[in-house]
Amino acid sequence: MVLAVIERETDGTPSAASAEVLAAARDLAHRLDLPVAAVAVGEAGDLPEDLVKQGVSHLHLLRHELLADGGPACTGEALAQLVAARRPAAVLAASTTESTEAMAWAAAALGVPLATACTEIRPRPEGCDELWEVTRERSGGILLEDAALDAPVRLCTLSAGGRPTGETAAAAEVTVDVFVPELDAAVPRARRVERAPRAAGMTLATAPVVVSGGRGVGSAEGYAVLEELAGLVGGAVGCSRVATNNGWRPHADQVGLTGTRVHPDLYIACGISGATQHWVGCMGARSILAVNTDPEAPMMRRATWSVVGDVHEVLPAVIAEIRRRSGR
Amino acid sequence: MDVLVCVKRVPAVGAEILLTADATAVDTRHLGFTIGPHEECAVEEAVRIAGRTGGSAGVLTVGPAETEEQLRYALSMGADHAVRVDAPVADPQPEVSAAAIASALRDLPPYDLVLFGEASADAGHAQVAFRVACALRRPVVGGVKGIEPGSDTVAVRREVGDGVEVHDAPLPAVVAVLEGLNLPRYPTIKGRLRARKARVRVLDAPSATGGLRTLRLRHRPDARAQTVELGRGAAAAPAVVDVLADLGVVR
Ligand SMILES: Cc1cc2nc3c(=O)[nH]c(=O)nc-3n(C[C@H](O)[C@H](O)[C@H](O)COP(=O)(O)OP(=O)(O)OC[C@H]3O[C@@H](n4cnc5c(N)ncnc54)[C@H](O)[C@@H]3O)c2cc1C
Ligand SMILES: Nc1ncnc2c1ncn2[C@@H]1O[C@H](COP(=O)(O)O)[C@@H](O)[C@H]1O
Repeated sequence: MVLAVIERETDGTPSAASAEVLAAARDLAHRLDLPVAAVAVGEAGDLPEDLVKQGVSHLHLLRHELLADGGPACTGEALAQLVAARRPAAVLAASTTESTEAMAWAAAALGVPLATACTEIRPRPEGCDELWEVTRERSGGILLEDAALDAPVRLCTLSAGGRPTGETAAAAEVTVDVFVPELDAAVPRARRVERAPRAAGMTLATAPVVVSGGRGVGSAEGYAVLEELAGLVGGAVGCSRVATNNGWRPHADQVGLTGTRVHPDLYIACGISGATQHWVGCMGARSILAVNTDPEAPMMRRATWSVVGDVHEVLPAVIAEIRRRSGR
Repeated sequence: MDVLVCVKRVPAVGAEILLTADATAVDTRHLGFTIGPHEECAVEEAVRIAGRTGGSAGVLTVGPAETEEQLRYALSMGADHAVRVDAPVADPQPEVSAAAIASALRDLPPYDLVLFGEASADAGHAQVAFRVACALRRPVVGGVKGIEPGSDTVAVRREVGDGVEVHDAPLPAVVAVLEGLNLPRYPTIKGRLRARKARVRVLDAPSATGGLRTLRLRHRPDARAQTVELGRGAAAAPAVVDVLADLGVVR
């Protein structure tokens, strides 16, 4: 079987990332002519009805009081025990913090490799039975790595995005098994002691327009004009690592490899050169407008539109033009 | 409190990445090297915790002799001792790095807290910290953006999904951190001089192998169309607003 790790929302339904994992698991299972199984923590709830429609024929529910603490070690340990007992051909999970942690622990406990951030899984290339190949993202996705995955069970996390999650042939029925792992309460583990919802509102990751500034903005005060433009176009303000390192902007605004990946309709890059570590954060934008004094800056050559000029001349003129046209 | 930070030497790539002729690695002939931003924050945090609690801040890397450059960078930021676990390559497979770190932690004097980056800046396997914690049977939390050490536990804060969580872990504990945890300092001249003279302790690595072998690296196909230059300076404003209007973000 191909085992998909299902993450659940607080209401028990599978997360959006889990839908993608299921789609990938179905695809892989189809190629290997194997059934699709799923594993989740907790009570069944509506999960069996949900999953049978997604082609899942086996649902394993991990149940143990220690799993409620939300620590990666317990979920990882439980997952490892399930895998050891059921011997799936592959285990697929989302690239979220929680699933990656559980998969990493499970891989370590099982003594097998883990391929993270995979975009493609190719079982048995060239008729070779044991050796699979994967393509994974490196350096946040600016490079792709083809790697040989040599393991009795293949553990992979999947990079988010791009997999169609639509309708599929339902399984005839779904068998639900409860799996109670052996977890020793005496083993030192981290425990979740608090969980609060994050402040709502428009975030960098979901904003339709991101107005982003780098070294070329020049100072913390220099961002006032970016704030104003963002307000006019219904967007959020982002920045490069130079801006966060200089203390001009909080790290929560940083776009890039070690910041946020953004997917706006429009990314306005002001005074940002376009280093690869920044580029991986904004390459998911539908379109990019670059404003830079240097026409040869990499961002200027990769953008959809470019304006050669000083941020502090171009943006005020753009704002004035928007106000003139709308009479505001 | 005694803190150890694991750092990895990675090429400081610019706007274009060149690959070696056999495409199995980044061509580093014309590149400098660095540690990842997550790890830089981990070093900063270790130095702060050591200062606050009157403890020590160590750094450790797994790799060949040249990786000592990155250990010295961490020393110049204020770390007080450095360990290199000898390995033939600077980018070992994650199982190999984890085995080397776990073995070193068994040999070295005990640490209360072992810090990692959430993911290394080049390979980004996002797993070495958890493998080490599993091997040593110690508590571990990742994705951390706040660390509050107590007397025999540590409280850590992280954002997952749509929530903010606090986890409590008994010491000694393993924590993987994210950039944003703090604002790392720039090394001082004095720090650099001290780092240059510091001794790096070298340990042998256990023999270990991994099951994930790089076959080749590739560039992601870049589908973006030819750039349209809208103009120069303030004179470009009407053309810019035309674009914004076409996209429907302004009227
Ligand atoms: C492992 C690693 C991870 C990293 N992660 C990230 C990350 O997540 N996000 C990130 O952003 N960076 C990251 N970086 C840093 C990255 O490599 C670059 O250093 C950074 O993105 C550069 O920021 P910048 O474009 O603002 O500055 P610069 O590269 O200095 O570019 C400034 C640009 O502004 C232009 N300019 C100057 N003055 C003006 C003006 N008045 N008007 C208009 N244009 C002007 C210049 O022509 C230049 O193109 C990372 C680096 C490493 C090694
Ligand atoms: N070769 C290495 N030497 C020391 N620490 C490492 C090494 N490789 C990875 N690490 C640590 O493990 C973290 C996660 O790495 P990775 O699992 O490769 O994403 C990094 O941020 C480092 O803190």
